[in-house]
Amino acid sequence: MRPFLLPTESRMANNNSPSSAGVAPAVSFWRDPDKRAIIYQVIVVSVIAWFVYSIINNTATNMEQRGLASGFGFLSTSAGFGIISTPFVPYTEESNYFTVFLVGLVNTIIIAAIGCLFALALGFVVGIARLSSNWLVQKIAIFYIELFRNIPLLLQILFWYSAVLKPLPGPRELHEAGEKVFFSINNRGMIFAEPVGQPGFENVWYTFFAAIIVTWVIKKWANARQMKTGQQFPMFFVGLLLIVGAPLITYVLTGRPLDFEPAQMSRFALQGGVTIIPEFVALLLALVIYTASFIAEIVRAGIQAVSHGQTEAASALGIKPTHRMRLVVVPQAMRVIVPPLTSQFLNLTKNSSLATAIAYPDLFSVFAGTTLNQTGQAVEIMAMTLAVYLTLSLLTSGFMNWYNSRIKLVER
Amino acid sequence: MQLVKTIAVSAALAATAGLANAGETLDAVNGKGFVQCGVSQGLPGFSNPDDQGNWTGLDVDFCRAVAAAVFNDADAVKFTPLSAKVRFTALTSGEIDVLSRNTTWTMSRDSDFGEFVGVNYYDGQGFMVPKSLGVSSAMELDGAAVCTNTGTTTELNVADFFRANNLDYTVVAFEKADEVVSAYDAGRCDVYTTDRSGLAAQRTKLSEPDDHVVLPEIISKEPLGPLVRHGDNQWGDIARWTLNCMINAEEMGVTSANVVEMASSDNPGIKRLLGTEGDLGGKIGLDNEFCANVVASVGNYGESYDRNVGPETPLKLDRGVNALWSQGGILYAAPQR
Repeated sequence: MRPFLLPTESRMANNNSPSSAGVAPAVSFWRDPDKRAIIYQVIVVSVIAWFVYSIINNTATNMEQRGLASGFGFLSTSAGFGIISTPFVPYTEESNYFTVFLVGLVNTIIIAAIGCLFALALGFVVGIARLSSNWLVQKIAIFYIELFRNIPLLLQILFWYSAVLKPLPGPRELHEAGEKVFFSINNRGMIFAEPVGQPGFENVWYTFFAAIIVTWVIKKWANARQMKTGQQFPMFFVGLLLIVGAPLITYVLTGRPLDFEPAQMSRFALQGGVTIIPEFVALLLALVIYTASFIAEIVRAGIQAVSHGQTEAASALGIKPTHRMRLVVVPQAMRVIVPPLTSQFLNLTKNSSLATAIAYPDLFSVFAGTTLNQTGQAVEIMAMTLAVYLTLSLLTSGFMNWYNSRIKLVER
Repeated sequence: MQLVKTIAVSAALAATAGLANAGETLDAVNGKGFVQCGVSQGLPGFSNPDDQGNWTGLDVDFCRAVAAAVFNDADAVKFTPLSAKVRFTALTSGEIDVLSRNTTWTMSRDSDFGEFVGVNYYDGQGFMVPKSLGVSSAMELDGAAVCTNTGTTTELNVADFFRANNLDYTVVAFEKADEVVSAYDAGRCDVYTTDRSGLAAQRTKLSEPDDHVVLPEIISKEPLGPLVRHGDNQWGDIARWTLNCMINAEEMGVTSANVVEMASSDNPGIKRLLGTEGDLGGKIGLDNEFCANVVASVGNYGESYDRNVGPETPLKLDRGVNALWSQGGILYAAPQR
């Protein structure tokens, strides 16, 4: 029925095509693989185009039939509900739905960024511990990895939430009404006194940035000297001393221009101060601990991918064990580690949308949840939410790809 | 050939997808043989699965009444548990035929999401606090942390209340009612706010129900009622007159126990209600005896109330404003004639 699709014949046709296509008109239209390929592609493209069109058209028709309004006008309507935590974005109940979107976005970025950093750090430690020659350390790492990567994340989030909430005392058990409090941990969160910079505090910032620049210059000089003479310079301690010490000295010299506004106990809870809500802590713990167990395995795989000969060669050259890991093994392991690590960062970002289970006001909870319910603009809100997660993921992988291309093996 | 088949199959799929929104709801319901009813994920007294997995409650009884009106079989109904957040999407997308989920009738919801067919419980939002706080009025709640559900009028009302009275507050909003209860129980917040019937229901889930007190303030009007999709007036009528039928039956003294003998009553009102006179049922595409069927299998409104939320139940809710208009309440159904 369709002999032209038989593998042997089509291969023959392929072999003939470059030379015979122009010369021999004897080949029929259907037997010419080039033309056939064009036809197939036209058909595939038009089917896809028709499919996309019918989805869009179907949605639009159905929405019109059911009298659902479309468009983004709803974003300027005032929201009217409160949000528990709105860092960096001024928000009140009178703010509009677009501000709600920003609040959700900032909360999502905060949890994702801090989560990725901590997960990376913890994952590296556990991954290296997993390869330790110390029996106890190695077994603890294995136990950790197998326990946490095999329990569903939602369960872990709910577990940490009650683990954070249940044992902590209420604020009324800790403080008297009217008491001024500089630091407190209770079941309403971690509450600090709020630092308020007085005139002159900007000098501390200037010193801080100056110290960073000086450290960078010293590092350049130290590297050059080491290349030339082989002499090493205690860069880490000098840098730390500069970056932490210099602003501290400026702070004391300028007469400590920083006030701490304590929180005050009202009848129910502490008012004022800076609060880190327990929902954030629980979500961060769950995401970090869960993702770190995967990163640990990636780190282990990366390190084991470096040939043992490298370690032996480093030992033979007399490089000490800590430097052997840091300067020889890990840099070579990184090129194996980074691509799967990117996936873990993306997973963590997307998993942060499980926050909605424990009242952390991330994008999915306040925008794709509450706002969607109050306005009913499902298509627009879901499209915006999807676009945000897509953008965050693409930015993360863009950065990681850039980093990966920097560290990839250069053959000499 | 494979390609042709694929095209044919996708075309067929697209065609059926298009059909789903074309038919009248009653035809679709008759076709599948049951009513798909959206209920809550577990609110004792209103819609809650019992220990055998059977759904019970005031809202569930309404679903069963619609099934009885359409099929003369109160069991020809399937329940879809919905969170407050997804309930309207489920209705507008056609996943369910009726939404009977303690939903407050508001103007924006009536215009955006569907057509409310009446009120089956008049409620108002209240506050519950632990007795140990020593609070006796909502006006003392300055600085309190408030636990509530996301995607509800509750969330908006509480914001309005605290703003109107110049009081400080923090809101902790969860998606599921169970999560709100456990957070409140764990002391995450000082106040739990929702409709007062909901407070009575959720209180039964707390570890020490008697250590909590509902404050006297009622900060909102919450007429709870079922709703259907816009655009199908016949189906809206069926739902509306099923609800009116249950209320009118109570008013006329027709119960599930006496509905058979009442059918031969001489009272023309009762005759029209039960379909032995006139053709009211036929006008909305149902059997003439649809109301008799509803009362026989589900009971009248009063029976349903007493069985699910009344003083004899764990919720211990008095009829209050939900009594018939003739008995001091505001429950008033349009006459069936």
